[in-house]
Amino acid sequence: MNSFYKKNGPVIATFFLVAIIFWLVFLIVIPQLYMLDLSFRPNLPPLLRGGPDDVYTLTHYKHFLYGSETSKDAYNYVDIGVFFDTIITAVLVTIINLCFCYPIAFYIAKLATPNTARLLVLALVIPFWINELLRSFAIRILFAGEGVINNILLELGLISTAVNFIALDIALYTGLTYAYILLMIFPLYNALETLDTNQLEAAKDLGSSTVRTHWRIVIPHAKAGIASGCTMVFMLTAGALATPVVLSSPNTYWFTQLIYQWFNMNDNWSRGSAYSIILLVVSVTFVLLMMRLFKVTIGEVVR
Amino acid sequence: MSAEVELQNVSIAFGNFYAAKNVNVKIGAGEFFSFLGPSGCGKTTLLRAVSGFLEPSQGKVLIDGQDMAGIGPNKRPTSLIFQNLALFPLMSVADNIAFSLEVRGHDKVSRRKRADELLDLVALNGQGDKKVHELSGGQKQRVAIARALAVEPKVLLLDEPLSALDLKLRQKMRTELRAIQQRVGITFIYITHDQGEALTMSDRVGVMNEGELEQVGSCYDVYEAPCTPFVATFVGENNAFYGKVEKVEGGKVKVQTGGSSFIGQAGLGLDKKNYKFKAGDEVIMFVRPEAISLKGSSKKAQNSFSAEIKTIEFEGNLKNIFLRSKEGVDIRFSVPSSTDTSGMAPSKNVSLSFSQDNAVVLPTGALALD
Repeated sequence: MNSFYKKNGPVIATFFLVAIIFWLVFLIVIPQLYMLDLSFRPNLPPLLRGGPDDVYTLTHYKHFLYGSETSKDAYNYVDIGVFFDTIITAVLVTIINLCFCYPIAFYIAKLATPNTARLLVLALVIPFWINELLRSFAIRILFAGEGVINNILLELGLISTAVNFIALDIALYTGLTYAYILLMIFPLYNALETLDTNQLEAAKDLGSSTVRTHWRIVIPHAKAGIASGCTMVFMLTAGALATPVVLSSPNTYWFTQLIYQWFNMNDNWSRGSAYSIILLVVSVTFVLLMMRLFKVTIGEVVR
Repeated sequence: MSAEVELQNVSIAFGNFYAAKNVNVKIGAGEFFSFLGPSGCGKTTLLRAVSGFLEPSQGKVLIDGQDMAGIGPNKRPTSLIFQNLALFPLMSVADNIAFSLEVRGHDKVSRRKRADELLDLVALNGQGDKKVHELSGGQKQRVAIARALAVEPKVLLLDEPLSALDLKLRQKMRTELRAIQQRVGITFIYITHDQGEALTMSDRVGVMNEGELEQVGSCYDVYEAPCTPFVATFVGENNAFYGKVEKVEGGKVKVQTGGSSFIGQAGLGLDKKNYKFKAGDEVIMFVRPEAISLKGSSKKAQNSFSAEIKTIEFEGNLKNIFLRSKEGVDIRFSVPSSTDTSGMAPSKNVSLSFSQDNAVVLPTGALALD
């Protein structure tokens, strides 16, 4: 702490400390703790809060598992189904994202000339100056029944009737994949950039094929970057709202849409909080399990 | 199994810049050949053309008489050791060495067996399970050699692999590399800017400057009979006396330089024939520091001059004495450390002499810059 003050001077050091503590405590810890607390309380009108009925309860978590008391089903198939759909789709989107971004990041980091690399990075970044909602609508326009892609395919005679990309969730997958592409590319790029190019040449000189060089040398080297990118993309995809709202088919529901409904339409903040906590805990656990599986430590991921 | 490597008129251009110009050399099977030159002279580029990482813009690379055009580095009978070694840090030593066998689909047991054999060869027995970062600089060096030898190349290419080591280790590795080369009996092509490395290890040396191969010859030849002023000054130290030819008598050339006239030998050209000078030609006479002695200390010395002492430098086994002649030519000469130099001191004048046999006269040209 002393050396931190000495290094940065009293004004800047105090600013950093205050800013970081404010950010952590007021913007992250307190709201999350408040939500955690809320998720264990019944949904009461304001007048009854703090009254005798305001006791800790598991009712909202039970609702997620078993549904409302009037329901005849043994479990809350709808919500649980939506939940697993969301997690599985997020995993798929993360994998698709990785498959797309790895070659791009490798090209920028190792193969492109510095000028080409700069141009490519710019081309990747500029679309993200447009906000997420508008980008989602743009993708909707591309994939709509009478959208650009259908028109082109029809014009070329490749299809005879328009494909319903929205109902097939192709638009959703595309939108979600594209939404967080930068969060995959940059950690990958950072990791790949530090790879000594001589190692690629050495592997080639020893007779290794491109695939094997990537499998044995490049991917192990970039493992932490891959984990970092996958974590961010998975977390953000599982928690995305705007893109699924705009692009999902009428019968596809995203778990965040449920949370949103509890908060805003049904005015049940407690249940919304419980659903948020479920999503958070399962997502974090899933990521930690994956990191365990691929032998990556937290330290490596945030490096 | 070793192979002959031949470069025929090899030029390598990057845009308008020629990294190598018209290089012609034939390296014999089983030979230890060094390309020696300052940094940026194109020697690494040339090595990359032999290994297949780049194609010459003009000319041909032949290995065992076969044109290598269009054949990639993984298909050539060569193996390259990189300047930074490029060991795979996430693999064990044995996995590094056996990587080429893994690529070729050998099973684990035979890979390990081969790795252990190679570890024996480079005197690293029992170190196979270590991680690369657990090894010392010299040990990493040996792993790199073992890994390169695992593919059983006919030609081993070495790109300044010793440059990261400290002096003692470098000297030890020189001897060892030479010993390994003789044990495996394959062609070694070695790139270095260190003349000590080139001269101690090689059968022959090719001296390069600005993309051109200036001279190819035995270590003795490039030191004792340089063909160009660059070679004369890059390989070892040399004193350069600029002057004009006064008279030519047989192989002897009398050169007027400053106020004095010295007699020296006409140098050998690339065609192995003495340069033909005539009176009035601009020339440089080169005299090695160790060929200069104090006047009167040698009977054979026929050229003499006097100069003022500037500084005396102690270098362990030698003392280097820097002087300036009255014509303003900087001269250095060396005497064994045991020589009594108590009579010498800066700003004193001394008379020096050197033998005609030790003075080489060459046409003017660029010197190697220190």
